This record gives sequence, structure tokens and C-alpha cells, in this order.
Amino acid sequence: MIVADRKSLNEILDMIKDLKNILIIGCKGCVTVCNVGGSKEVGILASILKIARKKEGHPLEVDEKILERQCDPEYIEQIKDQVEDYEAVISMACGVGPQFLSERYPGCRFFPALNTTFFGGAVQHGIWEERCAGCGTCVIHYFEGMCPIARCSKSLLNGPCGGSAGGKCEISKDVDCIWDMIVRKKMEQGRLDDLLEFMPAKDWTTSRDGGPRKSVREELVQ
Amino acid sequence: MSDLKSGSNLEKVLNAGHFAFTGECGPPQGANVERLKEKIHHLKGCVDAVNITDNQTAVVRMSSWAASLVVLQEGLEPNFQMVCRDRNRLAIQSDILGIYAHGIRNILCLSGDHQRFGNHPGAKNVFDIDSMQLIHAVKTMRDEGTFLNGQDIDVPPELFIGAASNPFAEPFEFRVHRLAKKIAAGADFIQTQCIYNMDRFREFMKKVVDMGLHEKCYILAGVTPMKSVGMARYMAKQVPGMDVPDSIIKRLQGAGKGKVAGAGIKFAIEQIEEFKEMEGIAGVHLMAIEWEHRVPEIAELAGMLPRPKV
Repeated sequence: MIVADRKSLNEILDMIKDLKNILIIGCKGCVTVCNVGGSKEVGILASILKIARKKEGHPLEVDEKILERQCDPEYIEQIKDQVEDYEAVISMACGVGPQFLSERYPGCRFFPALNTTFFGGAVQHGIWEERCAGCGTCVIHYFEGMCPIARCSKSLLNGPCGGSAGGKCEISKDVDCIWDMIVRKKMEQGRLDDLLEFMPAKDWTTSRDGGPRKSVREELVQ
Repeated sequence: MSDLKSGSNLEKVLNAGHFAFTGECGPPQGANVERLKEKIHHLKGCVDAVNITDNQTAVVRMSSWAASLVVLQEGLEPNFQMVCRDRNRLAIQSDILGIYAHGIRNILCLSGDHQRFGNHPGAKNVFDIDSMQLIHAVKTMRDEGTFLNGQDIDVPPELFIGAASNPFAEPFEFRVHRLAKKIAAGADFIQTQCIYNMDRFREFMKKVVDMGLHEKCYILAGVTPMKSVGMARYMAKQVPGMDVPDSIIKRLQGAGKGKVAGAGIKFAIEQIEEFKEMEGIAGVHLMAIEWEHRVPEIAELAGMLPRPKV
């Protein structure tokens, strides 16, 4: 899923400092799963914004809404009779949400309440980790199901570098060295020879380096 | 290992069977050419080539190619270091052509320290290719006369290709295989990480020799003399992939006030003496960090002078 973190209260307050009424829209997709942009989080943000503004002597009217997904025109359509009633809308979706909303409702203002961080999953309750860099050409089958593009700090395809120590990455003791894990798994499985093969330079055209990407499924295009 | 690939002094020294001795110099954090020249001056005549670091520890310094040119102008041979952190494959290949055009003949291919260590931690890194792919790219440019895209190069760069090896990083069992991979990718010579744990290094070199890697590539053992107990502690705790046994720290502590630096140099010289006899070792890479003025003394005491003229 797409993982995100909420922006600080001060940053959000600053975005809407001159406004008097806003709508906060959550999303039932990834951000609900990672506990940052679902109905509960929308409710909490609405409350703290109102309290903060009341303390400032500059009250704010806040309404709440939750959409099935903000990355799908079908669901975005559902707010068409409502959206113009507000000076601005705060989206609690990933970075896709406020952009899809802006494209559909060009006369309205949309602000992001979240910082979209990575593609990953929960490794334990309350902790998410990155697993995929969305490079457009998956190579994890070469690395026993682990992605060095996303998980090695240097995206090495022929790792590990000389900074790997005690199973940790040179950048921080909080970061696992994925190459240490790849080598160990290859050794356990008797496939270390795989890693002696030279991995050539990657073609990054399918990644963001090839420019903004588009996926077209001809059979679905009407 | 008989035909010369680049004709660099370092290559000729190694090719003639001499025990090579290379030095290292970090470019200034500014355009202070006089300071750079002063550092180089200490190394002149003491080493076969001098590594010019490339924004090491991700701290911005005068570019390694520019400092390498200064070294060349001062009559010393540079070993131009290039990291993958700051350049994509376009910049890498064009810089390789540029340094070759200006007479630089040695290159050391590195991944590069992550920018989070350095003085611009907010920078975006590149890592378009890794150090293994960089070695392969330089070899392809030199031997095939083509760029990474397969197009012909109008006068290919004939460089002596170096790579690094850290025998002390983990997983330890894989390190010799990674070295083998670098040699297969095109490394002509290897400079190792600073060695302090001699037992572990002997074990590593035994594997190297058993695999016959020393016959395919020249291996230079990395030596950094300890200047102080604080430096030893810092290296032990703060530098990733560095293995500094407690016995070394205790030995330095035991030297007494005002004598620690001397003890550090003594240990370095003992190491060099052992490396001269160690099977598979073709030379020493002396990284006297911000201690260039002590290199002549170390070279003399280690019996490395005069350097061979080939």
C-alpha cells in the first residue's frame, strides 16, 4: 500500500490560516489501512483544528467527509454538490487525492494534510516499512524476494557495499542492510553463486527517470 | 598481467614486479590550491601514485578531477577516485573522457559514502550505476571502445582500473566473492580498506590466494597510521565497516603521553613489513589522513624509498 504520515498541526494551520470554513476529506484506501487518513483520523484532525483556532480567537468551521477512494473519478464525483460550499478542502489521502480533486474541481482549493512517503506495509502494529520503489521493472526474483532498489540506501544491484556492519546499513543502526539479508538467504538456500553474476546497469526508463508515467490497458479503454 | 593497459606509473611499477606504494590526499574544502600543492609536495617522490578522493564522507571539496590535474601539474601521478553517488552514467562517462584527455591514467571506482554522513545531508543522491557497474563501464570504454549504450568512442580512454575491497565489512564470508566479482568486472588493481585486524586480514588473504585472485589483479593493502587514541576509538565506533581490535587501542594507550603518534606509526610500519612478505599482496596503499607531512618519514622507515623508476 501507499504509506503516508500526517503533516504537523502547525503546517496545516498555516495552510488554512486565513480561512473560515473547510471540508476535510478522508480516503478509505491505503491511508485508512495505515491509520493516517481514514474516518477516525479525519475526525481527530477536524477536532484539533477547531480547538486550535478557537484558542487563537479565530474560529473555524470544519465538516468531514470520507470517500471510498480519492484516486478514482467515480468516487470524487460524489462531492460535486458539496465542494463549492467551502473555502478550501483538506485531503487526507496520499498525494494522488488532492491532485485528482483539483483536476475535477478546478475552481476549488485543495490542500494536502499528509506527506506521502513510500510503498510498503506494516511490519508490526504502528510500524510501516518501505518495500517497493515503483521502478517499473521488478527484479526481486533475482534477490530472493528482496528489493535492493527500494531497500538498499544506494540501490546497489551488486552489493553489499563496504559499509555493511552487523546486518545494518552504514546510514543508521535503525536501517537493516538488505544486502546482508540477501547474501544470508542465498547462502542458506545454497544459491550464493547467483550473486557472483554481474548485474548490468539498470534501464531506468520505466522508473520516474523516464518522465511521468502512464499505464494503458487497451482492453479496458472505452 | 604483462601487457600494459594504461601505461600509468602505478601500472608499470606493479607490472615490473615492484612492491607498490600509493598515497592519498583529500582535496581542500575550498579553492585553496596552495594548500593542496603543499600536501602533494610531502608525497612527491615517496609514492608511485596518489589517490585523490572524491567528496569523501560526502563532504564537498574541490572536485577530484580538478585536484587530480593539480597533482599531475605538480609532477606526481594521480589515482583519480570516482564515486557513483554524485553522477549519472552521462556525467561518469564524460568525466572519464575528460580526465583521460588531460593525462590522468588511473581511476578508482567507488560507490561513495552515503550523503547522510556528510555536510549536505539534504542532497538527492544519484546511484544510477553502482561501483561494480562503474568498473565494468570503464573496462568496456577502454577495451571495447564503446560507451554503455554500445556506441563507438572516438579515442577510448586507456585507464588502469582500480576498485576498493573491504575485507572487514559484513557478511564476511561474501567479501572475497565480491572481490572476485570486481576483478571479473574489470578491476586491474584493488586497494583495501584500512587494515587493523591483521588476523582477519590474513584469513581473508588466504581465501584470496586459494581462489587465485591475486594472479588476476594487483592487491594493495590499506594502511592508515593512528594519530591518537581518540582517532582509534572514533574509527572503531563511528566508521562503518571498520574493524579496530581493542588490542590496538590498548597498545596506543600504553605508549604514554606524547608518544601515541609514534606508536601508531610503528604499528603501521610493522604492518607494511608483514605485507611485503604476505602472499598475494602487491603493494601498500597508505592513507595518512591529514598527515601527509609524515608520509616521507613513514616511507623511509618502512624501507619504501627510493621509489622505483620504470
